[in-house]
Amino acid sequence: MTNTQTQRPTPNAKLIIRNLNFYYGKFRALHGINLEIPDKGVTAFIGPSGCGKSTLLRTMNRMFELYPDQRAEGEILLDQENLLTSKQDVALIRARIGMVFQMPTPFPMSIFDNIAFGVKLFENLSRIEMEERVEWALKKAALWEEVKDKLTQSGASLSGGQQQRLCIARVIAIKPELLLLDEPCSALDPISTARIEELIAELKKDYTVVIVTHNMQQAARVSDYTAYMYLGNLVEFGATEQIFFKPAKRETEDYITGRFG
Amino acid sequence: MRQNAWTDRAFALMVHGAALLTLAALLGIVLSLFMGAWPAIQEYGFSFFVRNAWDPPREDFGGLVMIYGTLMTSLIALVIAVPVSFGIALFLTELSPRWLKRPLGSMVELLAAVPSIVYGMWGLMVFGPVLAKYVQQPLQSLCAHVPILHTLTQGPPVGIGILSAGIILSIMIIPFIASVMRDVFEVTPPLLKESAYGLGSTTWEVIWKVVLPYTKTGVLGGVMLGLGRALGETMAVTFVIGNMSQLSSISLFEPANSITSALANEFAEAAPGLHQSALIYLGLILFLITFAVLTFSRLLLMRLKGREGKRV
Repeated sequence: MTNTQTQRPTPNAKLIIRNLNFYYGKFRALHGINLEIPDKGVTAFIGPSGCGKSTLLRTMNRMFELYPDQRAEGEILLDQENLLTSKQDVALIRARIGMVFQMPTPFPMSIFDNIAFGVKLFENLSRIEMEERVEWALKKAALWEEVKDKLTQSGASLSGGQQQRLCIARVIAIKPELLLLDEPCSALDPISTARIEELIAELKKDYTVVIVTHNMQQAARVSDYTAYMYLGNLVEFGATEQIFFKPAKRETEDYITGRFG
Repeated sequence: MRQNAWTDRAFALMVHGAALLTLAALLGIVLSLFMGAWPAIQEYGFSFFVRNAWDPPREDFGGLVMIYGTLMTSLIALVIAVPVSFGIALFLTELSPRWLKRPLGSMVELLAAVPSIVYGMWGLMVFGPVLAKYVQQPLQSLCAHVPILHTLTQGPPVGIGILSAGIILSIMIIPFIASVMRDVFEVTPPLLKESAYGLGSTTWEVIWKVVLPYTKTGVLGGVMLGLGRALGETMAVTFVIGNMSQLSSISLFEPANSITSALANEFAEAAPGLHQSALIYLGLILFLITFAVLTFSRLLLMRLKGREGKRV
Protein backbone atom coordinates (compact mmCIF):
# COMPACT_ATOMS: atom_id res chain seq x y z
CA MET A 1 0.00 0.00 0.00
CA THR A 2 2.42 2.66 -1.09
CA ASN A 3 1.19 5.80 -2.70
CA THR A 4 4.46 7.34 -3.65
CA GLN A 5 3.54 8.14 -7.20
CA THR A 6 0.69 10.59 -7.71
CA GLN A 7 -2.40 8.91 -9.06
CA ARG A 8 -3.84 11.07 -11.79
CA PRO A 9 -6.77 10.10 -13.98
CA THR A 10 -7.11 13.39 -15.84
CA PRO A 11 -4.75 16.23 -16.70
CA ASN A 12 -6.86 19.17 -15.49
CA ALA A 13 -7.02 18.88 -11.73
CA LYS A 14 -8.96 21.28 -9.54
CA LEU A 15 -7.41 20.15 -6.30
CA ILE A 16 -4.03 18.49 -5.93
CA ILE A 17 -3.11 16.72 -2.72
CA ARG A 18 0.55 15.88 -2.13
CA ASN A 19 2.05 13.82 0.67
CA LEU A 20 -0.77 14.63 3.03
CA ASN A 21 -0.44 13.29 6.56
CA PHE A 22 -3.02 13.94 9.22
CA TYR A 23 -2.86 13.50 12.98
CA TYR A 24 -5.45 13.38 15.74
CA GLY A 25 -3.07 14.14 18.56
CA LYS A 26 -0.52 11.34 18.27
CA PHE A 27 -2.71 9.10 16.13
CA ARG A 28 -1.85 9.26 12.47
CA ALA A 29 -5.09 9.10 10.49
CA LEU A 30 -3.82 9.75 6.97
CA HIS A 31 -0.65 8.31 5.50
CA GLY A 32 0.95 10.27 2.68
CA ILE A 33 -2.08 10.80 0.51
CA ASN A 34 -1.41 11.79 -3.11
CA LEU A 35 -4.46 12.59 -5.16
CA GLU A 36 -5.63 14.87 -7.95
CA ILE A 37 -9.28 15.73 -7.98
CA PRO A 38 -10.46 16.53 -11.50
CA ASP A 39 -12.23 19.75 -12.34
CA LYS A 40 -16.02 19.60 -12.95
CA GLY A 41 -17.29 16.20 -12.05
CA VAL A 42 -17.98 14.06 -9.03
CA THR A 43 -15.25 12.32 -7.09
CA ALA A 44 -16.38 9.79 -4.51
CA PHE A 45 -14.38 8.59 -1.50
CA ILE A 46 -15.34 5.09 -0.41
CA GLY A 47 -13.99 2.76 2.22
CA PRO A 48 -14.92 1.18 5.54
CA SER A 49 -15.63 3.32 8.63
CA GLY A 50 -12.53 4.91 10.08
CA CYS A 51 -10.57 4.69 6.83
CA GLY A 52 -9.99 8.45 6.83
CA LYS A 53 -12.29 9.53 4.03
CA SER A 54 -14.14 12.14 6.11
CA THR A 55 -10.84 13.23 7.61
CA LEU A 56 -9.46 13.79 4.14
CA LEU A 57 -12.50 15.86 3.26
CA ARG A 58 -12.12 17.96 6.39
CA THR A 59 -8.54 18.88 5.55
CA MET A 60 -9.66 20.46 2.29
CA ASN A 61 -11.36 23.42 3.97
CA ARG A 62 -9.14 23.37 7.07
CA MET A 63 -12.15 22.55 9.23
CA PHE A 64 -9.85 20.49 11.44
CA GLU A 65 -8.19 23.70 12.63
CA LEU A 66 -11.15 24.33 14.89
CA TYR A 67 -9.83 21.52 17.08
CA PRO A 68 -6.51 22.22 18.76
CA ASP A 69 -4.94 18.74 18.70
CA GLN A 70 -5.59 18.01 15.03
CA ARG A 71 -3.00 18.87 12.41
CA ALA A 72 -2.18 18.23 8.79
CA GLU A 73 1.16 18.05 6.99
CA GLY A 74 1.70 18.21 3.27
CA GLU A 75 0.19 20.15 0.45
CA ILE A 76 -3.36 20.76 -0.71
CA LEU A 77 -3.28 22.88 -3.84
CA LEU A 78 -6.44 24.58 -5.00
CA ASP A 79 -5.66 26.25 -8.31
CA GLN A 80 -1.92 26.08 -7.53
CA GLU A 81 -2.29 27.68 -4.10
CA ASN A 82 -1.37 25.61 -1.05
CA LEU A 83 -4.36 25.91 1.26
CA LEU A 84 -2.54 24.57 4.29
CA THR A 85 0.12 27.27 4.31
CA SER A 86 -1.90 30.02 2.66
CA LYS A 87 -1.56 33.42 4.26
CA GLN A 88 -5.10 34.13 3.19
CA ASP A 89 -7.78 34.40 5.86
CA VAL A 90 -9.09 30.91 6.56
CA ALA A 91 -12.66 32.23 6.39
CA LEU A 92 -12.05 33.32 2.79
CA ILE A 93 -10.66 29.91 1.93
CA ARG A 94 -13.66 28.18 3.46
CA ALA A 95 -16.01 30.40 1.50
CA ARG A 96 -14.43 29.10 -1.73
CA ILE A 97 -15.11 25.54 -0.63
CA GLY A 98 -18.67 24.66 0.33
CA MET A 99 -19.35 21.80 2.72
CA VAL A 100 -22.47 19.79 3.51
CA PHE A 101 -22.53 17.41 6.49
CA GLN A 102 -23.98 14.03 7.51
CA MET A 103 -26.93 15.66 9.23
CA PRO A 104 -28.97 18.59 7.96
CA THR A 105 -27.97 21.65 9.97
CA PRO A 106 -30.46 24.43 9.29
CA PHE A 107 -29.57 27.60 11.18
CA PRO A 108 -32.17 28.78 13.72
CA MET A 109 -33.69 31.31 11.33
CA SER A 110 -36.09 31.52 8.39
CA ILE A 111 -35.55 29.63 5.14
CA PHE A 112 -34.71 32.90 3.39
CA ASP A 113 -32.21 33.93 6.05
CA ASN A 114 -30.59 30.50 6.00
CA ILE A 115 -29.62 31.13 2.38
CA ALA A 116 -28.85 34.82 2.84
CA PHE A 117 -26.60 34.14 5.85
CA GLY A 118 -23.49 33.11 3.92
CA VAL A 119 -24.05 35.63 1.15
CA LYS A 120 -24.22 38.50 3.64
CA LEU A 121 -20.81 37.58 5.03
CA PHE A 122 -19.01 38.53 1.85
CA GLU A 123 -21.34 40.48 -0.40
CA ASN A 124 -23.36 43.60 0.09
CA LEU A 125 -26.47 42.97 -1.97
CA SER A 126 -29.59 45.07 -2.25
CA ARG A 127 -32.84 43.48 -1.15
CA ILE A 128 -33.86 42.67 -4.72
CA GLU A 129 -30.47 41.22 -5.59
CA MET A 130 -30.60 39.12 -2.44
CA GLU A 131 -34.06 37.84 -3.30
CA GLU A 132 -32.81 36.89 -6.73
CA ARG A 133 -29.80 35.14 -5.28
CA VAL A 134 -31.91 33.17 -2.78
CA GLU A 135 -34.30 32.12 -5.55
CA TRP A 136 -31.38 31.14 -7.79
CA ALA A 137 -29.76 29.04 -5.07
CA LEU A 138 -33.01 27.34 -4.10
CA LYS A 139 -33.72 26.54 -7.75
CA LYS A 140 -30.23 25.11 -8.17
CA ALA A 141 -30.84 22.91 -5.15
CA ALA A 142 -34.23 21.82 -6.55
CA LEU A 143 -36.04 23.17 -3.52
CA TRP A 144 -37.63 26.36 -4.86
CA GLU A 145 -40.96 24.85 -5.90
CA GLU A 146 -41.46 23.35 -2.44
CA VAL A 147 -40.60 26.42 -0.36
CA LYS A 148 -41.33 29.48 -2.50
CA ASP A 149 -44.53 30.23 -0.58
CA LYS A 150 -43.00 29.80 2.87
CA LEU A 151 -39.65 31.53 2.77
CA THR A 152 -40.36 33.22 6.11
CA GLN A 153 -40.90 29.91 7.87
CA SER A 154 -38.27 28.41 10.09
CA GLY A 155 -35.71 26.22 8.34
CA ALA A 156 -36.33 23.63 11.05
CA SER A 157 -39.94 23.23 9.87
CA LEU A 158 -38.86 21.43 6.68
CA SER A 159 -38.53 17.67 6.32
CA GLY A 160 -35.09 16.08 6.67
CA GLY A 161 -34.56 15.78 2.92
CA GLN A 162 -35.69 19.34 2.35
CA GLN A 163 -33.40 20.55 5.14
CA GLN A 164 -30.45 18.84 3.50
CA ARG A 165 -31.28 20.49 0.16
CA LEU A 166 -31.59 23.77 2.06
CA CYS A 167 -28.06 23.22 3.35
CA ILE A 168 -26.87 22.54 -0.19
CA ALA A 169 -28.63 25.68 -1.43
CA ARG A 170 -27.02 27.66 1.37
CA VAL A 171 -23.61 26.52 0.21
CA ILE A 172 -24.34 27.08 -3.48
CA ALA A 173 -25.52 30.61 -2.74
CA ILE A 174 -21.99 31.73 -1.97
CA LYS A 175 -20.81 30.28 -5.30
CA PRO A 176 -18.01 28.03 -4.11
CA GLU A 177 -15.45 26.50 -6.46
CA LEU A 178 -15.50 23.15 -4.77
CA LEU A 179 -18.38 21.36 -3.11
CA LEU A 180 -17.62 18.87 -0.31
CA LEU A 181 -20.41 16.48 0.64
CA ASP A 182 -19.72 14.42 3.76
CA GLU A 183 -22.16 11.50 3.64
CA PRO A 184 -24.98 13.88 2.71
CA CYS A 185 -27.64 11.16 2.54
CA SER A 186 -26.79 9.13 5.64
CA ALA A 187 -29.71 10.58 7.61
CA LEU A 188 -32.22 10.54 4.75
CA ASP A 189 -34.89 8.16 3.48
CA PRO A 190 -34.52 6.56 0.01
CA ILE A 191 -36.74 9.07 -1.78
CA SER A 192 -34.89 12.06 -0.37
CA THR A 193 -31.63 10.30 -1.18
CA ALA A 194 -32.71 9.89 -4.80
CA ARG A 195 -33.50 13.61 -4.99
CA ILE A 196 -30.09 14.55 -3.60
CA GLU A 197 -28.43 12.21 -6.10
CA GLU A 198 -30.32 13.83 -8.97
CA LEU A 199 -29.19 17.15 -7.62
CA ILE A 200 -25.55 16.06 -7.53
CA ALA A 201 -25.81 14.97 -11.17
CA GLU A 202 -27.12 18.44 -11.97
CA LEU A 203 -24.49 20.28 -9.92
CA LYS A 204 -21.48 18.56 -11.42
CA LYS A 205 -22.02 20.55 -14.63
CA ASP A 206 -20.92 23.70 -12.82
CA TYR A 207 -19.02 22.51 -9.78
CA THR A 208 -16.29 20.17 -8.72
CA VAL A 209 -18.01 17.88 -6.26
CA VAL A 210 -16.34 15.59 -3.74
CA ILE A 211 -18.61 13.15 -1.94
CA VAL A 212 -17.84 10.83 0.95
CA THR A 213 -20.19 7.89 1.11
CA HIS A 214 -20.65 4.62 2.93
CA ASN A 215 -22.91 3.43 0.20
CA MET A 216 -21.06 1.84 -2.71
CA GLN A 217 -24.10 1.83 -4.95
CA GLN A 218 -24.37 5.53 -4.40
CA ALA A 219 -20.74 6.05 -5.34
CA ALA A 220 -21.29 3.97 -8.49
CA ARG A 221 -24.43 5.92 -9.38
CA VAL A 222 -23.30 9.49 -8.85
CA SER A 223 -19.55 9.67 -9.30
CA ASP A 224 -17.21 9.97 -12.25
CA TYR A 225 -14.10 9.13 -10.23
CA THR A 226 -13.74 6.99 -7.17
CA ALA A 227 -11.05 6.75 -4.54
CA TYR A 228 -10.91 3.68 -2.31
CA MET A 229 -9.34 4.28 1.07
CA TYR A 230 -8.37 1.86 3.78
CA LEU A 231 -6.74 2.54 7.16
CA GLY A 232 -5.66 6.03 6.24
CA ASN A 233 -4.13 5.04 2.93
CA LEU A 234 -5.37 5.79 -0.54
CA VAL A 235 -5.48 2.32 -2.05
CA GLU A 236 -6.70 3.08 -5.51
CA PHE A 237 -8.04 6.01 -7.45
CA GLY A 238 -9.49 6.05 -10.94
CA ALA A 239 -12.53 6.45 -13.13
CA THR A 240 -15.55 5.01 -11.33
CA GLU A 241 -16.20 2.39 -14.04
CA GLN A 242 -12.66 1.17 -13.85
CA ILE A 243 -12.71 0.96 -10.03
CA PHE A 244 -15.97 -0.94 -9.97
CA PHE A 245 -15.44 -3.23 -12.96
CA LYS A 246 -11.68 -3.60 -13.37
CA PRO A 247 -10.01 -2.65 -10.12
CA ALA A 248 -6.25 -2.77 -10.38
CA LYS A 249 -5.69 -3.89 -6.81
CA ARG A 250 -6.83 -6.93 -4.99
CA GLU A 251 -7.92 -4.99 -1.86
CA THR A 252 -10.17 -2.77 -3.91
CA GLU A 253 -11.79 -5.74 -5.58
CA ASP A 254 -12.36 -7.45 -2.26
CA TYR A 255 -14.10 -4.38 -0.88
CA ILE A 256 -16.17 -3.70 -4.00
CA THR A 257 -17.38 -7.27 -4.27
CA GLY A 258 -18.23 -7.40 -0.62
CA ARG A 259 -15.69 -9.99 0.43
CA PHE A 260 -14.52 -7.48 2.97
CA GLY A 261 -15.78 -4.37 4.74
CA MET B 1 -54.98 -5.14 33.89
CA ARG B 2 -51.31 -5.85 34.35
CA GLN B 3 -50.04 -6.49 37.78
CA ASN B 4 -47.87 -3.42 38.15
CA ALA B 5 -50.46 -0.97 36.87
CA TRP B 6 -51.23 0.25 40.38
CA THR B 7 -47.61 1.28 40.93
CA ASP B 8 -47.89 3.48 37.86
CA ARG B 9 -51.01 5.07 39.25
CA ALA B 10 -49.43 5.57 42.66
CA PHE B 11 -46.41 7.15 41.03
CA ALA B 12 -48.57 9.47 38.94
CA LEU B 13 -50.42 10.50 42.07
CA MET B 14 -47.16 11.22 43.87
CA VAL B 15 -45.72 13.44 41.15
CA HIS B 16 -49.03 15.27 40.84
CA GLY B 17 -48.87 15.84 44.56
CA ALA B 18 -45.34 17.21 44.33
CA ALA B 19 -46.35 19.65 41.62
CA LEU B 20 -49.41 20.78 43.55
CA LEU B 21 -47.34 21.24 46.70
CA THR B 22 -45.19 23.83 44.91
CA LEU B 23 -48.29 25.67 43.82
CA ALA B 24 -49.75 25.55 47.31
CA ALA B 25 -46.53 26.87 48.87
CA LEU B 26 -46.41 29.70 46.35
CA LEU B 27 -50.02 30.67 46.99
CA GLY B 28 -49.47 30.42 50.74
CA ILE B 29 -46.51 32.79 50.58
CA VAL B 30 -48.35 35.33 48.47
CA LEU B 31 -51.36 35.14 50.73
CA SER B 32 -49.41 35.58 53.97
CA LEU B 33 -47.38 38.43 52.46
CA PHE B 34 -50.59 40.07 51.37
CA MET B 35 -52.21 39.67 54.77
CA GLY B 36 -49.14 40.96 56.56
CA ALA B 37 -48.90 43.93 54.24
CA TRP B 38 -52.61 44.74 54.43
CA PRO B 39 -52.41 47.58 57.03
CA ALA B 40 -49.74 49.33 54.93
CA ILE B 41 -51.68 48.72 51.72
CA GLN B 42 -54.77 50.24 53.35
CA GLU B 43 -52.78 53.23 54.55
CA TYR B 44 -50.85 54.04 51.37
CA GLY B 45 -52.25 51.98 48.50
CA PHE B 46 -50.20 52.21 45.34
CA SER B 47 -48.72 55.55 46.40
CA PHE B 48 -46.33 53.45 48.53
CA PHE B 49 -44.39 52.75 45.33
CA VAL B 50 -43.56 56.41 44.77
CA ARG B 51 -43.41 57.82 48.31
CA ASN B 52 -39.93 58.98 49.18
CA ALA B 53 -40.21 58.64 52.94
CA TRP B 54 -39.05 56.18 55.57
CA ASP B 55 -39.41 57.40 59.11
CA PRO B 56 -40.22 54.66 61.63
CA PRO B 57 -40.58 56.95 64.68
CA ARG B 58 -43.19 59.07 62.91
CA GLU B 59 -44.72 56.01 61.23
CA ASP B 60 -44.33 57.51 57.77
CA PHE B 61 -43.40 54.96 55.16
CA GLY B 62 -42.82 54.76 51.42
CA GLY B 63 -40.95 52.29 49.26
CA LEU B 64 -39.40 54.49 46.59
CA VAL B 65 -35.83 54.41 47.90
CA MET B 66 -35.75 50.66 48.36
CA ILE B 67 -37.43 49.91 45.04
CA TYR B 68 -35.08 52.27 43.24
CA GLY B 69 -32.10 50.77 45.06
CA THR B 70 -33.10 47.20 44.26
CA LEU B 71 -33.82 47.88 40.59
CA MET B 72 -30.81 50.08 40.02
CA THR B 73 -28.26 47.81 41.71
CA SER B 74 -29.63 44.82 39.78
CA LEU B 75 -29.54 46.78 36.53
CA ILE B 76 -25.92 47.80 37.09
CA ALA B 77 -25.08 44.20 37.99
CA LEU B 78 -26.64 42.92 34.76
CA VAL B 79 -25.06 45.58 32.58
CA ILE B 80 -21.65 44.53 33.85
CA ALA B 81 -22.18 40.80 34.34
CA VAL B 82 -23.88 39.85 31.06
CA PRO B 83 -21.12 40.96 28.67
CA VAL B 84 -18.38 39.69 30.98
CA SER B 85 -20.10 36.31 31.37
CA PHE B 86 -20.63 36.13 27.62
CA GLY B 87 -16.93 36.74 27.15
CA ILE B 88 -15.99 34.09 29.72
CA ALA B 89 -18.31 31.52 28.15
CA LEU B 90 -17.12 32.36 24.66
CA PHE B 91 -13.50 32.05 25.68
CA LEU B 92 -14.02 28.80 27.55
CA THR B 93 -15.93 27.09 24.73
CA GLU B 94 -14.28 28.43 21.60
CA LEU B 95 -10.92 30.02 22.20
CA SER B 96 -9.30 28.66 25.33
CA PRO B 97 -6.45 26.18 24.99
CA ARG B 98 -7.51 22.82 26.34
CA TRP B 99 -5.24 22.83 29.40
CA LEU B 100 -6.75 26.11 30.60
CA LYS B 101 -10.40 25.12 30.15
CA ARG B 102 -10.90 23.07 33.28
CA PRO B 103 -8.98 25.17 35.82
CA LEU B 104 -10.50 28.39 34.56
CA GLY B 105 -14.00 26.91 34.44
CA SER B 106 -13.72 25.63 38.00
CA MET B 107 -12.38 28.95 39.21
CA VAL B 108 -15.35 30.78 37.76
CA GLU B 109 -17.64 28.30 39.49
CA LEU B 110 -15.73 28.75 42.75
CA LEU B 111 -16.65 32.43 42.70
CA ALA B 112 -20.20 31.24 43.32
CA ALA B 113 -19.07 29.35 46.41
CA VAL B 114 -17.73 32.45 48.17
CA PRO B 115 -20.22 33.32 50.94
CA SER B 116 -22.04 36.54 50.23
CA ILE B 117 -20.99 38.04 53.55
CA VAL B 118 -17.36 37.75 52.42
CA TYR B 119 -18.22 39.74 49.32
CA GLY B 120 -19.87 42.28 51.59
CA MET B 121 -16.86 42.67 53.88
CA TRP B 122 -14.48 42.80 50.96
CA GLY B 123 -16.68 45.37 49.27
CA LEU B 124 -16.80 47.56 52.35
CA MET B 125 -13.16 47.32 53.43
CA VAL B 126 -11.22 46.87 50.21
CA PHE B 127 -13.25 47.56 47.14
CA GLY B 128 -15.18 50.63 48.34
CA PRO B 129 -12.13 52.81 49.11
CA VAL B 130 -10.47 51.80 45.82
CA LEU B 131 -13.64 52.58 43.91
CA ALA B 132 -13.93 55.96 45.63
CA LYS B 133 -10.39 57.00 44.94
CA TYR B 134 -9.74 55.64 41.48
CA VAL B 135 -13.17 55.57 39.85
CA GLN B 136 -15.67 57.84 41.56
CA GLN B 137 -13.49 60.89 42.04
CA PRO B 138 -12.12 60.94 38.48
CA LEU B 139 -15.58 60.18 37.07
CA GLN B 140 -17.08 62.99 39.08
CA SER B 141 -14.66 65.56 37.79
CA LEU B 142 -15.03 64.18 34.28
CA CYS B 143 -18.81 64.31 34.29
CA ALA B 144 -19.16 67.59 36.16
CA HIS B 145 -20.52 69.44 33.16
CA VAL B 146 -22.29 66.67 31.27
CA PRO B 147 -26.06 67.07 31.80
CA ILE B 148 -27.37 63.58 32.70
CA LEU B 149 -24.10 62.03 33.84
CA HIS B 150 -23.64 64.91 36.26
CA THR B 151 -26.87 63.99 38.04
CA LEU B 152 -25.89 60.34 38.19
CA THR B 153 -22.45 61.04 39.67
CA GLN B 154 -23.09 63.73 42.25
CA GLY B 155 -22.89 63.19 45.98
CA PRO B 156 -20.09 62.10 48.26
CA PRO B 157 -17.61 59.80 46.49
CA VAL B 158 -17.10 57.52 49.48
CA GLY B 159 -17.28 54.18 47.72
CA ILE B 160 -20.53 53.21 49.40
CA GLY B 161 -23.82 53.36 47.59
CA ILE B 162 -25.75 52.07 44.64
CA LEU B 163 -22.79 51.85 42.26
CA SER B 164 -20.59 49.79 44.53
CA ALA B 165 -23.49 47.52 45.48
CA GLY B 166 -24.20 46.99 41.77
CA ILE B 167 -20.59 46.16 41.01
CA ILE B 168 -20.32 43.73 43.94
CA LEU B 169 -23.55 42.10 42.78
CA SER B 170 -22.19 41.76 39.26
CA ILE B 171 -19.18 39.85 40.56
CA MET B 172 -21.51 37.62 42.51
CA ILE B 173 -23.78 36.75 39.59
CA ILE B 174 -21.07 36.36 36.93
CA PRO B 175 -20.36 32.70 37.84
CA PHE B 176 -24.03 31.80 37.50
CA ILE B 177 -24.56 33.47 34.15
CA ALA B 178 -21.18 32.41 32.80
CA SER B 179 -21.53 28.75 33.69
CA VAL B 180 -25.05 28.50 32.26
CA MET B 181 -23.88 30.24 29.08
CA ARG B 182 -20.87 27.95 28.82
CA ASP B 183 -23.02 24.86 29.25
CA VAL B 184 -25.50 25.87 26.56
CA PHE B 185 -22.73 26.93 24.17
CA GLU B 186 -21.14 23.54 24.69
CA VAL B 187 -24.25 21.59 23.78
CA THR B 188 -24.60 23.40 20.46
CA PRO B 189 -24.13 20.66 17.84
CA PRO B 190 -20.58 20.86 16.44
CA LEU B 191 -21.94 20.32 12.93
CA LEU B 192 -24.08 23.44 13.23
CA LYS B 193 -21.01 25.48 14.12
CA GLU B 194 -18.97 23.80 11.40
CA SER B 195 -21.68 24.61 8.86
CA ALA B 196 -21.37 28.26 9.72
CA TYR B 197 -17.58 28.13 9.71
CA GLY B 198 -17.78 26.31 6.38
CA LEU B 199 -19.57 29.26 4.81
CA GLY B 200 -16.65 31.45 5.81
CA SER B 201 -17.85 32.86 9.12
CA THR B 202 -15.42 34.11 11.70
CA THR B 203 -15.66 32.82 15.27
CA TRP B 204 -17.48 36.00 16.23
CA GLU B 205 -20.04 35.57 13.45
CA VAL B 206 -20.59 31.92 14.34
CA ILE B 207 -21.23 32.78 17.98
CA TRP B 208 -23.26 35.90 17.39
CA LYS B 209 -25.41 34.79 14.48
CA VAL B 210 -25.75 31.03 14.95
CA VAL B 211 -24.81 29.82 18.44
CA LEU B 212 -26.50 32.65 20.32
CA PRO B 213 -29.81 32.38 18.41
CA TYR B 214 -29.66 28.60 18.77
CA THR B 215 -29.08 28.79 22.52
CA LYS B 216 -31.19 31.87 23.29
CA THR B 217 -33.54 30.03 25.64
CA GLY B 218 -30.65 28.82 27.76
CA VAL B 219 -28.76 32.11 27.64
CA LEU B 220 -31.81 34.08 28.68
CA GLY B 221 -32.44 31.52 31.39
CA GLY B 222 -28.91 32.11 32.71
CA VAL B 223 -29.38 35.87 32.66
CA MET B 224 -32.67 35.52 34.52
CA LEU B 225 -31.04 33.25 37.09
CA GLY B 226 -28.43 35.96 37.66
CA LEU B 227 -31.04 38.70 37.81
CA GLY B 228 -33.06 36.68 40.30
CA ARG B 229 -30.02 36.38 42.52
CA ALA B 230 -29.19 40.06 42.16
CA LEU B 231 -32.71 41.10 43.14
CA GLY B 232 -32.76 38.82 46.15
CA GLU B 233 -29.18 39.19 47.39
CA THR B 234 -29.14 40.61 50.88
CA MET B 235 -25.96 40.41 52.90
CA ALA B 236 -23.40 41.78 50.45
CA VAL B 237 -25.72 44.60 49.45
CA THR B 238 -26.39 45.53 53.06
CA PHE B 239 -22.68 45.98 53.64
CA VAL B 240 -22.00 48.33 50.77
CA ILE B 241 -25.22 50.13 49.85
CA GLY B 242 -25.10 52.55 52.78
CA ASN B 243 -28.55 51.85 54.23
CA MET B 244 -29.87 55.37 53.76
CA SER B 245 -33.61 55.35 53.52
CA GLN B 246 -33.92 58.87 52.19
CA LEU B 247 -33.20 59.53 48.58
CA SER B 248 -31.83 63.01 48.02
CA SER B 249 -31.02 62.43 44.35
CA ILE B 250 -30.93 59.60 41.84
CA SER B 251 -27.13 59.67 41.91
CA LEU B 252 -25.43 56.28 41.77
CA PHE B 253 -22.80 57.50 44.24
CA GLU B 254 -25.41 58.26 46.85
CA PRO B 255 -25.83 55.81 49.75
CA ALA B 256 -29.27 54.30 49.43
CA ASN B 257 -31.14 51.18 50.43
CA SER B 258 -32.54 48.10 48.80
CA ILE B 259 -35.62 46.11 49.67
CA THR B 260 -33.65 43.18 50.99
CA SER B 261 -31.22 45.20 53.07
CA ALA B 262 -34.05 47.26 54.58
CA LEU B 263 -35.72 44.00 55.59
CA ALA B 264 -32.51 42.57 56.99
CA ASN B 265 -31.75 45.68 58.99
CA GLU B 266 -35.15 46.53 60.35
CA PHE B 267 -37.38 43.52 60.44
CA ALA B 268 -36.14 42.14 63.73
CA GLU B 269 -36.60 45.48 65.46
CA ALA B 270 -39.81 46.57 63.84
CA ALA B 271 -42.72 46.80 66.24
CA PRO B 272 -45.89 45.08 65.12
CA GLY B 273 -48.01 47.67 63.38
CA LEU B 274 -47.46 49.93 60.45
CA HIS B 275 -43.66 49.59 60.44
CA GLN B 276 -43.73 45.80 60.23
CA SER B 277 -46.55 45.90 57.76
CA ALA B 278 -44.66 48.34 55.53
CA LEU B 279 -41.67 46.02 55.55
CA ILE B 280 -43.86 43.07 54.55
CA TYR B 281 -45.33 45.29 51.82
CA LEU B 282 -41.75 45.73 50.56
CA GLY B 283 -41.35 41.98 50.54
CA LEU B 284 -44.53 41.64 48.51
CA ILE B 285 -43.21 44.22 46.03
CA LEU B 286 -39.95 42.29 45.67
CA PHE B 287 -42.03 39.22 44.92
CA LEU B 288 -44.00 41.15 42.30
CA ILE B 289 -40.78 42.48 40.71
CA THR B 290 -39.38 38.96 40.42
CA PHE B 291 -42.66 37.77 38.96
CA ALA B 292 -42.71 40.63 36.46
CA VAL B 293 -39.12 39.85 35.45
CA LEU B 294 -39.98 36.22 34.79
CA THR B 295 -43.08 37.13 32.79
CA PHE B 296 -41.08 39.63 30.78
CA SER B 297 -38.43 37.05 29.97
CA ARG B 298 -41.14 34.65 28.73
CA LEU B 299 -42.56 37.34 26.46
CA LEU B 300 -39.10 38.20 25.18
CA LEU B 301 -38.48 34.56 24.40
CA MET B 302 -41.73 34.31 22.45
CA ARG B 303 -40.78 37.35 20.41
CA LEU B 304 -37.34 35.93 19.69
CA LYS B 305 -38.88 32.62 18.65
CA GLY B 306 -41.14 34.52 16.27
CA ARG B 307 -38.14 36.11 14.59
CA GLU B 308 -36.81 32.66 13.81
CA GLY B 309 -39.58 32.18 11.28
CA LYS B 310 -42.96 30.55 11.67
CA ARG B 311 -43.19 26.89 12.47
CA VAL B 312 -45.85 24.71 10.96
